[in-house]
Amino acid sequence: MEVMAMYQISPDQVILFTWHFITINATLVYTWLIMGLLVFGSVIVTRNLSTDRTMSRWQNLLEVIVGGIRSEIRDVVREDVDVYFTFIGTLFLFILASNIFTFIPGYVAPTSSLTTTATLAILVFFAVPIYGIAKQGILEYLKEYFRPIFIFFPFHVMGELSRTLALAVRLFGNLMSHEKVIAILLAVTPLFFPVVMQVLGLLIGLIQAYIFAVLAMVYIASATQSHEEMEHTKQQN
Amino acid sequence: MDIISTVALASIISAGLCMGIGAIGPGIGQGRAVSGALSSIAQQPDERNSLTRTLFVGLAMIESIAIYCFVISMILVFANPFWTYVIKKAGG
Repeated sequence: MEVMAMYQISPDQVILFTWHFITINATLVYTWLIMGLLVFGSVIVTRNLSTDRTMSRWQNLLEVIVGGIRSEIRDVVREDVDVYFTFIGTLFLFILASNIFTFIPGYVAPTSSLTTTATLAILVFFAVPIYGIAKQGILEYLKEYFRPIFIFFPFHVMGELSRTLALAVRLFGNLMSHEKVIAILLAVTPLFFPVVMQVLGLLIGLIQAYIFAVLAMVYIASATQSHEEMEHTKQQN
Repeated sequence: MDIISTVALASIISAGLCMGIGAIGPGIGQGRAVSGALSSIAQQPDERNSLTRTLFVGLAMIESIAIYCFVISMILVFANPFWTYVIKKAGG
């Protein structure tokens, strides 16, 4: 079953339902499906947790995932893991879940639409100053823009904007190109070779989710760790 | 040649050029990254896991440059923003 035609590069163009000004497209529906899966899956698994040595296999899975995300965050920031864990973990799990189900026929990853990835990138764009100001105060945070000298202010601003754009387009481009490559290969060599590319797509989806989360974490860490603090840790090492 | 076929010609040719020229840089970059990682693994096989993980992340970052070119050429071919303008111009 093909949801998207060959010439459509975004699931936004697949419109399922229209009522006055409300338009429900495929991106929205699949985003809701992923959200429901994540929320209700977590609720069902965490309803009866056990602390002794026997636990359900789903609890084991969630513990592995949560522990892995925490250790990755700890590698970047080295402190206050719990402050960043909710945001970074949510980003990672949502992108991972939406990327990983692309092997199901009829499913289109919501991250292969530029609107979803732009939303996630804008979330990161606003999370960086929020975490930075919460950690070191508004004056210290704004001072970072004028380092090492005040001429660098426009370059800092441009850097923030361009890295947000790059974050959005990277995720969108990878997922969209994967879907287009599968569609082209299905037309050229059906049966075997598209399956191999689907397996590669699972790897790409996992790596892209990891990269998005790690980059968001690095951006936030660069805003929360002030200049003197980094000098201090550098001297300690 | 009327204006619609000019725009179509320019879009298709520039999409091909964009993808072709844009794939050169990431190709060279990925080759250098893989060769560096391979020689590092040959020197220190114990560090294979962390080297491979860093290599994959780096490859995905390099690859995203080629992906930007792909996005641009896809937009030029399938979702050209100038089509509506050109068709309105030619029609009216």
